[in-house]
Amino acid sequence: MRLLRKLVVVVLILAVLSGAAFYWLTIPRPLTAADLPEHTLDLANGETMFWAGGCGSCHAEEKAKGDDKKKLGGGLALITEFGTFRVPNISPDRETGIGEWSALEFVNAMKRGIGRNGSHLYPAFPYASYQRMYLGDLLDLKAYLETLPPVSKVSEPNDLKFPFNIRRGLGLWKLLYLDGKTFEPDSEQTEQVNRGRYLVEGPGHCAECHTSRDFAGGLNRMLNLAGAPAAEGDGFVPNITPSKDGIGDWSASDIAYSLESGFTPSYDSLGGSMTSVQENFSHVSAADRDAVAAYLKSIPPLPSPPR
Amino acid sequence: MKLQNVTRLSVLAVSATLMTVSLAVSQDDPVKARQESMKQVGAATGAMGKMVKGEIDYDAAAAEKAMTQIRDAAEKFADKFPEGSDQGKTEAAPKIWEDKEGFKTATAKLHKDADGAIAAAGTDLDSLKASFGKVASNCKSCHETYRVKKN
Repeated sequence: MRLLRKLVVVVLILAVLSGAAFYWLTIPRPLTAADLPEHTLDLANGETMFWAGGCGSCHAEEKAKGDDKKKLGGGLALITEFGTFRVPNISPDRETGIGEWSALEFVNAMKRGIGRNGSHLYPAFPYASYQRMYLGDLLDLKAYLETLPPVSKVSEPNDLKFPFNIRRGLGLWKLLYLDGKTFEPDSEQTEQVNRGRYLVEGPGHCAECHTSRDFAGGLNRMLNLAGAPAAEGDGFVPNITPSKDGIGDWSASDIAYSLESGFTPSYDSLGGSMTSVQENFSHVSAADRDAVAAYLKSIPPLPSPPR
Repeated sequence: MKLQNVTRLSVLAVSATLMTVSLAVSQDDPVKARQESMKQVGAATGAMGKMVKGEIDYDAAAAEKAMTQIRDAAEKFADKFPEGSDQGKTEAAPKIWEDKEGFKTATAKLHKDADGAIAAAGTDLDSLKASFGKVASNCKSCHETYRVKKN
């Protein structure tokens, strides 16, 4: 009897300890006001970040074109193996959008994946990429978003499977895949390649679709940009490394032209969700498209993952 | 018979055979047929695209021919997707069969836009430039919805 009682006590202590460990490990860790720099807002740069970041591809109506891409009322449903994610309203509407959000709250969503109420956001919102962005760029982006038309539309909740529906568990995911580091240029590389890498890894979040994922939904960095099964449907997102499986036979100007016009070197057209991405990139400067191209030519050529 | 003639004849024979084979293949195999058709459209688009980009000189006859090829390919393109041809090595999206009307409308729009641009394509480079974009925008808007990349 005594032994059994001891055993129960030990089990209880272990349960409390692991509960405490889970609680402590999964606490959202936001930035504070002191982390924000002195900054003079630049709306034109904010617009560049908006197009490079592709906000409208998910937060506007499905397949929105032209100025409709600036109406960020949300509503797109992303049907994935984890369940259905419903993209929220990020228009500057005060009741149903993010019109009331402070710059700090916005920065915490983008860099820490933390919502306004302090809880974790799902990484279907690609903050694992956006965390690389410079704070100044994020402040400019927030200011630009405030100039867009408010859309009054209540965001719908996600519909996710267990255990993915437990938000707190995302704290563990973040321990694995979120390092909170801002982009740092590589001094061995040219300014152009560094700019391209910033656009690809930060706002452009290219790897979120072009890199395959491990069992926990984190990006497999060993296969950076080597293509991946599409998150939705049965397609394959192309390998964009300079290899035989990828786009090794494209010149840098071919890559830049495809982002500008939507045409591949053989005058096939980009399609699927890349259509929307390409139309976003047609709005950034030619210098930025050239930078993305220069970076993509500089990365290691990799074969596509087996499927 | 001179050796040269023999060579010529055999080249003719081989190409005739190849043509018959490819015809036979396209008739039995809608997937191949539509892929061939898209390849031709891609080549025609490229011919004009290179003129628009300034990579090759403008050639009125070639531009007009290319635009006509696109129109002709678009005319019957939607018929190349019979029931059951969604299997095998195809990048045709299931949406083509789920939304047949939408797909037909999309190909009809390409047909109409290309038809309306034939005259302009054969006029001069500026007219080609002015009409090319509208026709070309059909490529990606259709591929956005009705194609699934597989590699």
